[in-house]
Amino acid sequence: MTERLTIGFLPLVDACLPILAEEHGFAAAEGLELSFVRDVSWATVLDRLLYGHSDAAHMLAPLAIATTLGRGRPAQSLSAPFVLGLNGNAITVSNSLAQALGCHGDLGDPSALGHRLKVVAAQRKNAGSPLRFGVVHRYSSHNYMMRYWLAGCGIRPDVDIEIVTIAPPFSADALEAGEIDASCVGEPWNSIAVERGVGQIVLATAQIWRRGVEKVLALRTERLEEIRPSVEGLIRAMRRAGQHFVDPANWEINAAILARPEYCDAPHKLLLHAISDRLVLKQGALPQHYPDFMFQYREAANFPWVSQAEWLYSQLVRWDGLEHDPAAAHAAARVFRPDVYRSALRDTKDPIPTSSSKVEGSVSAPLEAHTHGGTMMMENNSFFDGKSFDPDHLADYIASQK
Amino acid sequence: MRIAIVDESASRASIIEEGLATLDGCEIFTLTSRTGLVAQIAQIAPDIIFMDLGNPSRDVLEEYFAVSRVLDHPIAMFVDESDDDQIAASIDAGVSTYVVDGLSAKRIAPLLNMTIRRFQAYARLQAELAEAQGKLAERDLIDKAKRIMMHSRGVSEPVAYAELRKKAMSTNRRIADIAEAVVTAHDLMGDGQ
Repeated sequence: MTERLTIGFLPLVDACLPILAEEHGFAAAEGLELSFVRDVSWATVLDRLLYGHSDAAHMLAPLAIATTLGRGRPAQSLSAPFVLGLNGNAITVSNSLAQALGCHGDLGDPSALGHRLKVVAAQRKNAGSPLRFGVVHRYSSHNYMMRYWLAGCGIRPDVDIEIVTIAPPFSADALEAGEIDASCVGEPWNSIAVERGVGQIVLATAQIWRRGVEKVLALRTERLEEIRPSVEGLIRAMRRAGQHFVDPANWEINAAILARPEYCDAPHKLLLHAISDRLVLKQGALPQHYPDFMFQYREAANFPWVSQAEWLYSQLVRWDGLEHDPAAAHAAARVFRPDVYRSALRDTKDPIPTSSSKVEGSVSAPLEAHTHGGTMMMENNSFFDGKSFDPDHLADYIASQK
Repeated sequence: MRIAIVDESASRASIIEEGLATLDGCEIFTLTSRTGLVAQIAQIAPDIIFMDLGNPSRDVLEEYFAVSRVLDHPIAMFVDESDDDQIAASIDAGVSTYVVDGLSAKRIAPLLNMTIRRFQAYARLQAELAEAQGKLAERDLIDKAKRIMMHSRGVSEPVAYAELRKKAMSTNRRIADIAEAVVTAHDLMGDGQ
């Protein structure tokens, strides 16, 4: 019997795995029929998830944690059994800021760029018009990665630079109107800004944290338990979709599917750039290859590492100005559900890590990691400042960031 | 009670406004433009905001609520959990509600119920309109098919219609579908014209 699941999403390239799972029949092979609800605000995606309009949703990982902790609304427990991808976001700056930073259509060194930005930010602040950067949501990896980078370069977010919220589909408009000087957003929205000539891409979030956690598939915890066999089928279908997604032979067809009005409703060419990690950084330039700009499949990329959730919690505490609370940290960590991922893929040949946590940012050269029945290679996962996050020392890490 | 209605559909906003205006003690502000929304909300300082569920400005507005709470500003708002069934009904009707912290559920209920009913009525009107437009389009299509048949086969209008009807019945399809096939075939063949 076919189980029907409804999935909420925002028009972004990293909604690709459930979409392609349906379009290529991987979901059907698991006895699932997926339908999709497209929205333009994360608040709407979340409301639909909480009130049963959708069974699961493409969701900002920090928002799933914030919702569980009751930040900004009454607490509701969410679970994320699958990471939809790592990175895939970029920072696009207005043409005038690009000029002030001496950017010429390339992805520079994050520290060097940050130090130039610090000078410009101070000038603008002294002139009474501080720089204003847009992020897609307070509880987004975009916000946390950008703030991590800014702070690491000696720029105090909210003090030296204003940070505001702009929904992805409006970031190019806001750059054009001069409402913001830069934005950190997912694809295709950086490429759309470049195509329209209103900004330049200067940094990929993958340069800030080489393996930074991005969207997750989120469900109400209660709903997950009700439909657990279907969710496990969906996880298997999305792993197969990921394998299809990263194969260069399929880039054209997958870009064409995602370009459709019911999905991203964006030019095929721009989606192809994101999928192939080849972005045009400046209007009229040739695409530049930045490997692993998006990261959807290798190294068990979709495995929900508890340490990723804990890193996000450390940033939530940092930027919401909260005190570290071990009970809240535990609840945040529990949002990521490696147990569900493991049981979904137990009988497949897919590599499943044996541990649920790792020291984030500790791998600077390829390293063998243990999986059930073997090993897999993990590549560089470092943060741009060379620091690492050991979840066993969460309190110290939080204290060190004050 | 200061109420802000935020809706990019001006016609729906006015239907909501009209409904709420029948209740006592409501001062209503209607905002239909995305530009300067947060600044306007800050100025109005509403006790309650009704906003269409899919409004593109929701994340921006929620960020404003979060920031004003951080600053301990008195206009911090959130969706109240006091009546979860009512919130669910409102989400189903397509309206999201933000309420000043501490406002009693008793005062909110009549406003929310009115808004939900008006949203539902608006959705019904839209559906009826779409249906009426669909029917008009179908009538045009049938007229066009009749003219094609009258012209190419030299039959009268009632005969042309009877033939469409007969074909529809024998193939278990709608007359409009048969008419569409006739028009499409005519367009493809060019019918010598």
